[in-house]
Amino acid sequence: MAAETVPYGRVTQKPSPVAEVHILWITAGLGCDGDSVSVTAATQPSIEDVLLGAIPGLPKVHLHNPVLAYENGDEFMKFWYMAEKGQLDPFVLVVEGSIPNEKIKKEGYWAGLGTDSKTGQPITTNEWIDRLAPKALAVVACGTCATYGGIHAMEGNPTGAMGLADYLGWDWKSKAGLPIVNVPGCPVQPDNFMETVLYLLYQVAGLAPMIPLDDQLRPTWLFGRTVHEGCDRAGYYEQGDFAEVYGSPKCIVKLGCWGPVVNCNVPKRGWMAGIGGCPNVGGICIGCTMPGFPDKFMPFMDEPPGAKVSGAAVGAYGRAIRALRSITQSTVNKEPKWRHRRAELTTGYHARTY
Amino acid sequence: MSTITAPTKDVPSKKGNLVEMNWDPITRIVGSLGIFTKIDFENRHVVECHSTSSIFRGYSIFMKGKDPRDAHFITSRICGICGDNHATCATYAQNMAFGIKPPPIAEWIVNLGEAAEYMFDHNIFQDNLVGVDFCEQMVKETNPKVWAKAQSTPAPHSNLHGFKNISDIMTALNPFTGSFYREALVMSRMTREMFCLMEGRHVHPSTLYPGGVGTVPTVQLFTDYLVRLMKYVEFMKKVVPLHDDLFDFFYQALPGYEEVGRRRVLLACWGSFNDPDHCDYTYKNMTNWGRNMFVTPGIVVDGKLVTTDLVDINLNIRILLGSSYYDEWKNSQTFVKTDPLGNPVDKNHPWNQTTIPRPQKRDFGGKYTWVMSPRWFDKRTGDHLAMDTGGGPIARLWATALAGLVDIGYIKATGSSVKMYLPKTTSLPEVEFEWKIPKWSNAIERDRARTYFQVYAACAALHFMEKALAELHAGHTKTWTEFKVPEEAIGCGFHEAVRGVLSHHVVIKEGKIANYHPYPPTPWNANPRDVYGTPGPYEDAVQNTPIFEENGPDKFKGIDIMRAVRSFDPCLPCGVHMYLGNGKVLETHHSPMFGLQP
Repeated sequence: MAAETVPYGRVTQKPSPVAEVHILWITAGLGCDGDSVSVTAATQPSIEDVLLGAIPGLPKVHLHNPVLAYENGDEFMKFWYMAEKGQLDPFVLVVEGSIPNEKIKKEGYWAGLGTDSKTGQPITTNEWIDRLAPKALAVVACGTCATYGGIHAMEGNPTGAMGLADYLGWDWKSKAGLPIVNVPGCPVQPDNFMETVLYLLYQVAGLAPMIPLDDQLRPTWLFGRTVHEGCDRAGYYEQGDFAEVYGSPKCIVKLGCWGPVVNCNVPKRGWMAGIGGCPNVGGICIGCTMPGFPDKFMPFMDEPPGAKVSGAAVGAYGRAIRALRSITQSTVNKEPKWRHRRAELTTGYHARTY
Repeated sequence: MSTITAPTKDVPSKKGNLVEMNWDPITRIVGSLGIFTKIDFENRHVVECHSTSSIFRGYSIFMKGKDPRDAHFITSRICGICGDNHATCATYAQNMAFGIKPPPIAEWIVNLGEAAEYMFDHNIFQDNLVGVDFCEQMVKETNPKVWAKAQSTPAPHSNLHGFKNISDIMTALNPFTGSFYREALVMSRMTREMFCLMEGRHVHPSTLYPGGVGTVPTVQLFTDYLVRLMKYVEFMKKVVPLHDDLFDFFYQALPGYEEVGRRRVLLACWGSFNDPDHCDYTYKNMTNWGRNMFVTPGIVVDGKLVTTDLVDINLNIRILLGSSYYDEWKNSQTFVKTDPLGNPVDKNHPWNQTTIPRPQKRDFGGKYTWVMSPRWFDKRTGDHLAMDTGGGPIARLWATALAGLVDIGYIKATGSSVKMYLPKTTSLPEVEFEWKIPKWSNAIERDRARTYFQVYAACAALHFMEKALAELHAGHTKTWTEFKVPEEAIGCGFHEAVRGVLSHHVVIKEGKIANYHPYPPTPWNANPRDVYGTPGPYEDAVQNTPIFEENGPDKFKGIDIMRAVRSFDPCLPCGVHMYLGNGKVLETHHSPMFGLQP
């Protein structure tokens, strides 16, 4: 409702200076659509919160994502062609999946979206990125495949796959001056992604300053701390108390967990609604948010080399601390001696009236 | 004659103009799919269909030489909606190859996780993706007469689900604004929370390992799951009658709708939910423990159960080329000459497959997709059958019903149906549902089975919960069995991904992966014409589809084709395209694709 029609001069809905924003979401990288699926799990905010205008101050958002779209085929692709012609302004481009190298073969395609009406051949994903990135207000890489290459860029891969910043250039800037925004995770943690989108929409609406990113182009408030720093099993690590079998509630660093060196907030945030995660619930951290994923963490179930050293160092200290704490703990596990049913008061209070 | 897929059909007698109609991409599925058709608008029939996938990733190639323990972490990434099915199936294959059996409570935890996955995934696909094809907006745009009829048709079960007329159900399915669409989306989150309790993260689990799980079994873990499960049970008591009303209405409003997406009954199910009382993961006992799965494996041909034997199922899998962008591998290494029982293993079996990609131009007269053509060799007839999964549930329920083996209190397979019992919930009494073997393998029955299998998964979870709690209360909380990776070994895992059959085949040499071939459901469903010219199931099902849409070629949405394709629950992180051409008129003659006789 426009402000002037509201009685008593109330201003409940501040109009966004940008009335509408389109989100064009390409899932046609080398990927599994797991990031799109993951985002349907988000609640902080949920996808419907954003699309139905349940967050104050945001522009009207139109989402064009193939997993959720009402339209099909050419009716769906229409928005892509409009964006290419500059008729869908402003828009945010979301890329999901690794970017294959289409230059390493004579013909054919590794990944495509839609069909070229002239040639009858698929339009490659890379071609779409070339067409749309220059026109986009912001470009967001969703999930580890798009951010850094991920699983499909593993050693021995046949497609020469890479991340979006490898493809567009790490110094690439959108026409609005934004660097690529990387939200890694395999898949992306649902709320991490929607929160980033929300930030960018606030920024578009003039309600937030430039999104703070680290040198790997990750939002700093999400990826500034390690798994270990947010893990509820880190206390076991401090006490040098390590799990030797899967299924133990103790620290699993000796079973392959890379948490101490991985930038990710999942153990702190949980996977969804605070539930699940990785080492906090017994799953080794395999570094799935990291540029070095997966090769630098394989074989996943071996103890990380660095953990041998730090684990040994913490061993003696941890054992001593644990012994001292167990003495204190047995003390604090006992009630004070003045709580009893004998016919005398031993709390230290000197009764004068009874 | 080696392959047959099409049911006998009457060929329309009049000659009509064929119009090329293509949809690329097909949305509201996972992955990239294009469908290219030729349609006879005069006789209102799809005459020809090609299904194509536009993405190649190369798992079988880059997994070579990797540590076999990494297989489940890597293969989970094949699929973004049922990745956990892959991870689970990979651990089954690892367990066989490593010669280990997880502790029973670990098996119940995995079963609870996978049951939650079915509950989540069928729910979101049915009501947020497929459901849109049946929503008010879509029906108004494609069949205004059907919409008019829906407005005056009372929903027979409105007392159970609360929607007065069929049109009210359709309105509730409108994307984002529809009340039931949003309720389903919220429910899909709660079931994913259940999943995360057991397997850590959705969709790529963190707590699965060969030998068991890292999940810590506690009273809290199972309580948190159970209270959510019971909310889902209450939800399903409304959802089943809602979908029955909607689907029955389509048969009533559009006589002949049973032909949409119909194909010969060629259904495959590889079984789901291992029973730790029987499953020891050895190949030699696989026939027995396969038959003790809580969803029975089976091959159903023309309504008859051909086998429930996983060894038989395994040995007769064939991977064919014909229209795919790969070179053949007959001169490559044969990894497995005989299985552990001494049976010969075919060169075209996944254990012996070598993936050799050859990217090239798309040519619908030649090679046109990255999907290969899996077939099941029927040794009775010598046919390479183009089996489909029907999106999963219809094949699972059909095989389980015919086999009549499952009887766990909450579920009973009767030989012709599956009975399911849901206990009392906060506002509704106990309910019995019965899925009966339908007359057709078609779009509506694939969709209907999906709803019923959501109930099946909830019933199975109630059983697993009792079993898990019994282990917990007995103090059996060890969740993992130690192992050593052997120098040389083979393994196979059989499971049901949400949308159908899933197998993983691994060969280990010198302690590393020498060969690894996963076969998810969508290659079975979305494959192209094979070397014998037999079309894949989508192609075949769409080719037989009559057109009920009221729009002509100029405004044609292809809704009947969409319903046919989506009934298979396509999941192609690999690709298919339906492409709406510019209404180009082709040669005016009938394609000889109909009426292939057995």
